[in-house]
Amino acid sequence: MSYQRVKFYQTGTFTVGNRLLDESDRTVQARMDRTNSLNAGHRACQGCGEALGARYALDAVMRATRQQMVAVNATGCLEVFSSPYPESAWQIPWMHSLFGNAPAVASGVAAALRAKGRTDVRVIAQGGDGATVDIGFGCLSGMFERNDDVLYICYDNEAYMNTGVQRSGSTPPRAWTNTTQAVGTNPGNPMGIGKNLPRIAMAHGIPYVATASVADLHDLEAKVTKAMSIRGARYIHIHVPCPLGWKSDPAHTIKVARLAVESGLFPLFEAEGGEVTDRTPIRKKVSVEQYLELQGRFKHLFHPRDERALETIQAIADANIHRYQLLPLKA
Amino acid sequence: MKHHIEGSQAVAHTVALCRPEVMACYPISPQTHIVETLSRKVKAGEIGNCQFLNVESEFGALSVLIGASAMGARTYTATTSQGLLFMAEAVYNAAGLGLPIVMTIANRALGAPINIWNDHSDSMSMRDAGWIQLFAQDNQEAADLHIQAFRLAEELSCPVMVCMDGYILTHAYEVVDLPTQEQVDAYVPAFEPVQVLDPQDPVSIGAMVGPEAFAEVRFLAHHKHVRALEAIPRLSQAFQDIFQRRSGGLMDTYHTDNAETLLLALGSVNGTIKDAVDELRKEGWPVGSIALCAFRPFPSHALRHVVQDAKRIIVFEKDLAVGMGGIVSSDVKMALQGLPIIVDTVIAGLGGRPIPKASVIDTVKQACLEGLEEPHFLDLNWDEINRELTRQQAQRRSGPTAENLLREVGPPGTKPV
Ligand SMILES: Cc1ncc(C[n+]2csc(CCOP(=O)(O)OP(=O)(O)O)c2C)c(N)n1
Ligand code: SF4
Ligand SMILES: [Mg+2]
Repeated sequence: MSYQRVKFYQTGTFTVGNRLLDESDRTVQARMDRTNSLNAGHRACQGCGEALGARYALDAVMRATRQQMVAVNATGCLEVFSSPYPESAWQIPWMHSLFGNAPAVASGVAAALRAKGRTDVRVIAQGGDGATVDIGFGCLSGMFERNDDVLYICYDNEAYMNTGVQRSGSTPPRAWTNTTQAVGTNPGNPMGIGKNLPRIAMAHGIPYVATASVADLHDLEAKVTKAMSIRGARYIHIHVPCPLGWKSDPAHTIKVARLAVESGLFPLFEAEGGEVTDRTPIRKKVSVEQYLELQGRFKHLFHPRDERALETIQAIADANIHRYQLLPLKA
Repeated sequence: MKHHIEGSQAVAHTVALCRPEVMACYPISPQTHIVETLSRKVKAGEIGNCQFLNVESEFGALSVLIGASAMGARTYTATTSQGLLFMAEAVYNAAGLGLPIVMTIANRALGAPINIWNDHSDSMSMRDAGWIQLFAQDNQEAADLHIQAFRLAEELSCPVMVCMDGYILTHAYEVVDLPTQEQVDAYVPAFEPVQVLDPQDPVSIGAMVGPEAFAEVRFLAHHKHVRALEAIPRLSQAFQDIFQRRSGGLMDTYHTDNAETLLLALGSVNGTIKDAVDELRKEGWPVGSIALCAFRPFPSHALRHVVQDAKRIIVFEKDLAVGMGGIVSSDVKMALQGLPIIVDTVIAGLGGRPIPKASVIDTVKQACLEGLEEPHFLDLNWDEINRELTRQQAQRRSGPTAENLLREVGPPGTKPV
């Protein structure tokens, strides 16, 4: 019979076993009274960062609202793997309308709650990067600009995964996707284009914007909880590796997510009213190569080595580190 | 009480009495006066706790209502033309989800060429979306149909479009008997949703359905429309009981008894058509007319019953199925299958082109005496068409068709149209 060896500690990480922590510091999922927005049995791939991120985020919302919440979901992997009738994995009132309108549908839920004078129930909207930075961007910007009482969560796996890995406005430079193939003189996604939605959200001056990663679930929960303590339009952008689209090992999802943070490619920060108020410093800086080489979507950068591309991507990471002051400034 | 009032104001006033809870609107001519008036009423606190959202697009507007309706709120918006096309994906979605949203369509042509004047191309583009579509003949009926629409939508849990001709009705001042709050309250009961996003009883709305059940879900949507065929006349009667006037119903007939030729149309042109019928009757022509109020669901059975003794039906329609002909007349032919009745299609009033009574009368006489080609275009300027066709044949780069035609026709008002 085949068996899986149980690992109690991840070596080479900063992870601490829950039992070593004080009760109040333990991750919510380890508690007896944890909520369960997204049940087991959904159809996400093994190692899906989006499923993990969504469960932690929505469980935090459930706790913050004492389960008085409604979720609106854009079309995409999360919607498809969680919901086919009659096997919905959602334990909360949940609605899917279209690919590009989740922010507006959530605005409608918020407006209905206002009309009915209900302040106890809160609404969140969620979608992938394609739903957020591309097709739903108009509705999202409208929701921000009106400062509707909606928390919007983007699960950024950096491509249209549900339709089989095509490029989105959030696909990073040089990444392979099925519409940015690793062929020609500049293989993969072209350099120098793409959207940074957290910064665009900040430019709306909304009360709260944060980035988070499945590599730091504690931080993710804390940010969602904080977002729910605020009224008005709020935005959280969560980095969620997709083993299928990134051609990475499902067992490496957390590791890949952590390397994105520790390299500076995915900075973790919070902003209020358009100004950065906090950032998570990098504890042990790694090179972008260490992040890229675990993912088959960047394979063409290493066979043969594309020094120019690697330097440019490193420069992007270093610019982030500088912009968000992710490392102690050198004397 | 009777008021001399603009159509848009009458509709806005009536919608407000229906106690909507969430409205989300995006401006487009000729719908603007309706939403401007409603926004003022909300801001002035005249519609209770109603929320009015100024959104970034029509797609956003209807999407907001989808969320609000699923949350159990009574919802309303208005649009037209390009706006309806811009919200198309949400139009199908709202119907597929069975959300009882009410939307006014201030009927207007579809571009290109961009044209802000009236025809029915916009509503027709959404005729298969699953919305009930009711067409008003005048501003009294436009106002009244909204009251009936909220009750109908919520009874069936199905969205309803109330279609009124852009400018011809929206901007026309007529005498309209505006209802009182008590009357409307007596007619429109509180909204009791069949599905709602409720943390006390969580459901998933709008999840994926595969081949195993999709056809059945679609059938049930169709079945809702079949039920609407019974509900529309019943609610029209109930309306008459409270408001003491006839409005709505499946159709309005005029001198149909013993008529050999029947004219059929949607919307405000029925005023002209009734005048034409009067004149033709005076001359001894056995004609009558039918104003179709319900276009979706299509009242096939009722129509068959009304026209069974006629020899010819002439459908005047303000739309064009390019490459095919008539949209309404196709449905009429389908409804009358097997009956020995000729159905003519007259494409008229496109992009605001007037439909003069004299042209209607001439067309009816021509149809009865010589027959009509299919489809027949009312009052086409054949000189201009032939000139443009010749130009196109003579040179490959003949330029933009619309500009060429306009150059020949000259600025508005300089030549008779
Ligand atoms: C209007 C419209 N265009 C395209 C699609 C097809 N489509 C469905 S999901 C999807 C990709 C979703 O990508 P993303 O939002 O990044 O979510 P992911 O699946 O990656 O989590 C696409 C393109 C659609 N459903 N609707
Ligand atoms: S394709 Fe990616 S995002 Fe979609 S379920 Fe699989 S791992 Fe998750
Ligand atoms: Mg994606």
